[in-house]
Amino acid sequence: MKARNRELLALIPVAVLITAGFTAVLIVNSNHISNLSVIYGGYFLAVCLGVHLFIRARLPYADPYLFPLCALLAAVGLVILYRINDALALKQASIFVAGAVLLALTIIFLRDYKVLERYRYLIALAGMGLLLAPRLPGIGSQVNGAYLGINAGPLSFQPAEVAKICIVIFLASYLHERRELLTVGAKRVLGLTIPPLKHFGPLLAVWGAAMLLLFVIRDIGSSLMFFGAFLALLYVATNRLSYVLAGLALFLVGTYFVSHSVAHVQERVDIWLHPFAKHGPSGAGQVQQSLFAQADGGLFGAGLGSSLLKLTGPFAPHCVQAFPDCGSILPAPHTDEIYAVIVSELGLFGGVGVIVIYAMIAARGFKTAVMAPDGFSKLLAAGLTAVFALQAFVIIGGVVKLIPLTGVTMPFVSFGGSSVIANMVLLALLLQISDRARRPVQPFELGPAPPPPPDLEMGYP
Amino acid sequence: MNAPIVRIYGFILLLFAGLIGFSSYWAVFHADALKQNSLNHRPLIETQTIKRGNITTADGQLVAESKPQGGGANPIYVRDYPTGSLFGHPVGYSYIQVGQSELESSLNDSLVGSSNEFSSILDELRGHAQVGDNVALTINSTVQKTAMDALNAANASTAGSNGAGAVVALNPTTGAVLAMASTPPYDPNAVANTSTYSKLNRDKAAPLVDRAVQSRYPPGSTMKVVTAAAALDSGQFTPDTVLSGASPITISGSPLSNSNGEQFGDISMTTALTFSVNTYFAQVGEKLGPGPMVDMMKRFGFYSDPQAQLPDTDMTASGPLNTSGNLVTSGFDVGRVAIGQGGAEGTMLATPFQMAEVAAAVANGGVLERPSLVQKVTDPDGRTLSELKAQAQSTVMKPQTATQLTDMMTRVTQEGTAAGLTVGGAPFAGKTGTAEIGDPALGVHQPWFIAFAPASDPQVAVAATIERCAGCFGAEVAGPIATKVMEAAIASGG
Repeated sequence: MKARNRELLALIPVAVLITAGFTAVLIVNSNHISNLSVIYGGYFLAVCLGVHLFIRARLPYADPYLFPLCALLAAVGLVILYRINDALALKQASIFVAGAVLLALTIIFLRDYKVLERYRYLIALAGMGLLLAPRLPGIGSQVNGAYLGINAGPLSFQPAEVAKICIVIFLASYLHERRELLTVGAKRVLGLTIPPLKHFGPLLAVWGAAMLLLFVIRDIGSSLMFFGAFLALLYVATNRLSYVLAGLALFLVGTYFVSHSVAHVQERVDIWLHPFAKHGPSGAGQVQQSLFAQADGGLFGAGLGSSLLKLTGPFAPHCVQAFPDCGSILPAPHTDEIYAVIVSELGLFGGVGVIVIYAMIAARGFKTAVMAPDGFSKLLAAGLTAVFALQAFVIIGGVVKLIPLTGVTMPFVSFGGSSVIANMVLLALLLQISDRARRPVQPFELGPAPPPPPDLEMGYP
Repeated sequence: MNAPIVRIYGFILLLFAGLIGFSSYWAVFHADALKQNSLNHRPLIETQTIKRGNITTADGQLVAESKPQGGGANPIYVRDYPTGSLFGHPVGYSYIQVGQSELESSLNDSLVGSSNEFSSILDELRGHAQVGDNVALTINSTVQKTAMDALNAANASTAGSNGAGAVVALNPTTGAVLAMASTPPYDPNAVANTSTYSKLNRDKAAPLVDRAVQSRYPPGSTMKVVTAAAALDSGQFTPDTVLSGASPITISGSPLSNSNGEQFGDISMTTALTFSVNTYFAQVGEKLGPGPMVDMMKRFGFYSDPQAQLPDTDMTASGPLNTSGNLVTSGFDVGRVAIGQGGAEGTMLATPFQMAEVAAAVANGGVLERPSLVQKVTDPDGRTLSELKAQAQSTVMKPQTATQLTDMMTRVTQEGTAAGLTVGGAPFAGKTGTAEIGDPALGVHQPWFIAFAPASDPQVAVAATIERCAGCFGAEVAGPIATKVMEAAIASGG
């Protein structure tokens, strides 16, 4: 079967999930949601179909499962958002239109993604600028002690979402150029492979940048995500585990010291280690509620629309803002804590299902990297996939208390414009790389088959 | 470059496996501990989204219902008690702010409909919101009303009363509780207000205490029924066994008198019970010794909480109590315990509920039926889930002993201390009690009356008492409460 037809078939589960999910939520909440709201789901499916047709036209050889898997995640997110507040689902469906448009524009205007290599320093600068923007007076905003957002008039934006793509492009390009130097000139000292100092310098600079990031934006999760992607790329480029281990050690040491000097980071670590401590930091409530919500889920969950989200009766606060900004048992159920809502409603099976979808996307992404014809493409695909998977790990890990909870979004699932749009661009790049990787070699004319390439492995001279 | 890519994928899978591991830990393996964490308010919030079942009386009077409040998306249900203070005891209350008490607490599983795991999963699959089961009590609202009115009337007409008392009526053949009233009453609807609740909690009159099952009082001469049962059942005594009724006599080294120091000659046990002769039964107690007395009490249900469906924390066990507050089975002054009093080594104390069980066991030919407050549990569709079936709790005495005791207790109401009290004209059995509390000179008494009627075919057994009543006597103060309740019970058809 052709790749695009497989993609179309793979969208069937998305349609089924959206239909079943929206119907279930509507039945449970029929007394206060309008029947019309079901069309938000149809709206989303139309966007999916549009994207599919666009890929069919422009990237006929692209990986057939990448987009349906991302759409599946988005469908899960949309159903959960619809359950939290139907207005959120409408907004999110609209954001998907914008995301789809941006995906199309990326593919149309970035015909050859290799031009990105040429602008790598500019892109790096833009990435760093974006990351630091939340600290700028006037537009920067602080949420729970971390600097992750910027507000410009009515628009708010999480620049880290876009920055992660910029940083990966820069690293892929930089490491692609320097990988020979990093490996060839290495010396072995005391059993450790040490690259020449002049090439090691920029790597230390990246580490420094990650630490600075931690210091400046005060978010362990973002820092871990960026530095993890860097280490992954370094490993792919050099195949030297010692570099990765050294980098990891540096990161841990750095994080240790930063966490002891920045009160907010220290508090996050304390909450992580002792969420139920008496007289602990006030922020511990979010982690507690996250765990309580998951405990309510059990194996199969309370059912869509049946878990506890709102404070009611004597517990209900007086609200000016709409739910879930006010009156939610679980703080930020639509963004940071959406995984806890999924476990609460759909149980451990639902949660594991979502994690498995992320694992499958990672598999397709890394497969694209393996199949990619050149070093830059490989590094870019591997880097984008790694940063995507790490983002999922960082936020879910925070919700399940595997690591300190941080404020990154769950890709394609959480509510939020910048997250969806940035991840659609990330997806566009991966699709482009996979299209190029899987494009069959066009024979110039119908003639005899080309001779097989000499088998170097066999040792012929 | 491909090998490291594959290895990185492997590493990412490891990280995801870690996520799954932690997720499973919280959602499944550690879930129960999290649900019980004191910081977790979710179970409380959850319960108010469930429509609790109704509680009705045996005659269909609605006592407790859940009303939706606020309307809108997910309505919350708030308890309403249409009968107010009439059923404050023993129904109790259920409010998020103050918790649950009495039947609302002990019947919680049925009332929220979670007693059957399978049916609640089925409800989920069908998308039904969880709805609680309905509970029908054994209590008859007319009998309960009579009981409450009689207690209030007794308190109002008695100068020495501080307004507290209790009455319990049982169906001796089924164990069904027909009435269970305690004064001063409280309105369960008012408890929802936390400041009212704490005020009630601090109130010296203790309206939140269900005196029928939570308060222990010296049973006084009503205890002679237990002593007589032990004596007759032992085979050492018959109703005609003659002992001296002289007063005072020395019991455990100190003098014991009859009421008003009255002197009796050599009298039979029947006469001694009819006129409530202390010295006779103190001698009986001493002749029996603590062993047979304790055995008999245990068979009547003393030494453990009544087996009614109330929370353990809302019931208390009866028996001789030492100064550290523990029930003792030996070392007490058995002569005085035999007449429902005692000393420092063990003061005889009993709840009104326990004394009603004493009357019921005699009425039922010596067999104590397990008491029950619940007649029937039905699901929201009206299907019966469980229904009261009479079940013997213990065989207290030989049938012959019960017959002899019935005759003796009938004499009490015909020519003895309770002469003049009537229950619809037919002969009935009863025993008065007037326990002295504290210094006898102060005249503070605990008046009691235990009875069952009619004597030939008992339909109701009852115990009534008024708390710490100055100058009060069993026959005058407690007797009319018991007879009114019995008349109402017989009129309602038991």
